Amino acid sequence: MLLIPCPYCGPRSEEEFSYGNEAHVPRPKEPEKLNDAEWAEFVFIRSNVKGVFLERWVHSHGCRRWFNVARDTVSYEILAVYETGAKPPKLEMRRAV
Amino acid sequence: MVEAYLRQSPLAHLGLDGRAEASRGAAGVTLAERPHRGMVNLRLDPSDETAMNAFAEAFGFTLPTQPNTTAGNGEASALWLGPDEWWIVSPSPGPGAGPDLADKLRAALADRFAAVTEIGEGRTCIRIAGPKARALLQKGCPLDFHPRAFGAGQCAQTLLAKATVAIHLSADESAAEGPVFEVYVLRSFAEYLWLWLEDAGREYEVTVIA
Ligand SMILES: [Zn+2]
Repeated sequence: MLLIPCPYCGPRSEEEFSYGNEAHVPRPKEPEKLNDAEWAEFVFIRSNVKGVFLERWVHSHGCRRWFNVARDTVSYEILAVYETGAKPPKLEMRRAV
Repeated sequence: MVEAYLRQSPLAHLGLDGRAEASRGAAGVTLAERPHRGMVNLRLDPSDETAMNAFAEAFGFTLPTQPNTTAGNGEASALWLGPDEWWIVSPSPGPGAGPDLADKLRAALADRFAAVTEIGEGRTCIRIAGPKARALLQKGCPLDFHPRAFGAGQCAQTLLAKATVAIHLSADESAAEGPVFEVYVLRSFAEYLWLWLEDAGREYEVTVIA
């Protein structure tokens, strides 16, 4: 069980949250111009990082706010949380080998 | 608003009035329903000083901006839910409690950017008190209920036995009957949660009080 520090409510148990997958996936500016493969890429394809991953979480059973988390997918250590719309903090982008 | 003659608590069929004891006796936990409270969801930008002041003037206390805290007086209390969201609760069970609260808020915030939504009919309040109240909640909730971590006046939205709830500690160990928690739960989860509380509290001896 992860202890996730909600930027608004403070540290709470993982079960209060829902996962929103990868953060900072830009929505295509002109989606009508995309072909099916490009649209599928935007909707479904996410990076599969071993190491620091920037992802979205929502505090579903708490304040119901979305926010971003930088988490190490190897150790599950949460390195930073930051608000939606904010730039990711500068982190040492270590990658496990 | 539901017609007054149709109003029924979601726990009405459990016959809690008939089971209610006059005093707690040796019970570690007392349970009671506090149905039909007036409840309003308030959205407001706390940096809007005019709106914050208008609220304080109308209600006689300031909206809490500290996370997981409450403020209030005998007539109403405000529970912090998020950086721009509160519940305003009136302990009165009268059919006018919710609409009156909403009217008062709408009048006070008439020219401000705010949202006032009445939510009381969809919820009920379960009062959990006594020296074992913290231990009982701890069985079904991942929050830390130690007095150092959860003190009087604090509140939290969380899960209790997997039901979404808001928990308000209205009095701590200094109260004669021990800590008093008020747990707000959705109407459709109320019976489940009540039965869970009675079952989980069995080892502490649960007494239903009026
Ligand atoms: Zn939160």
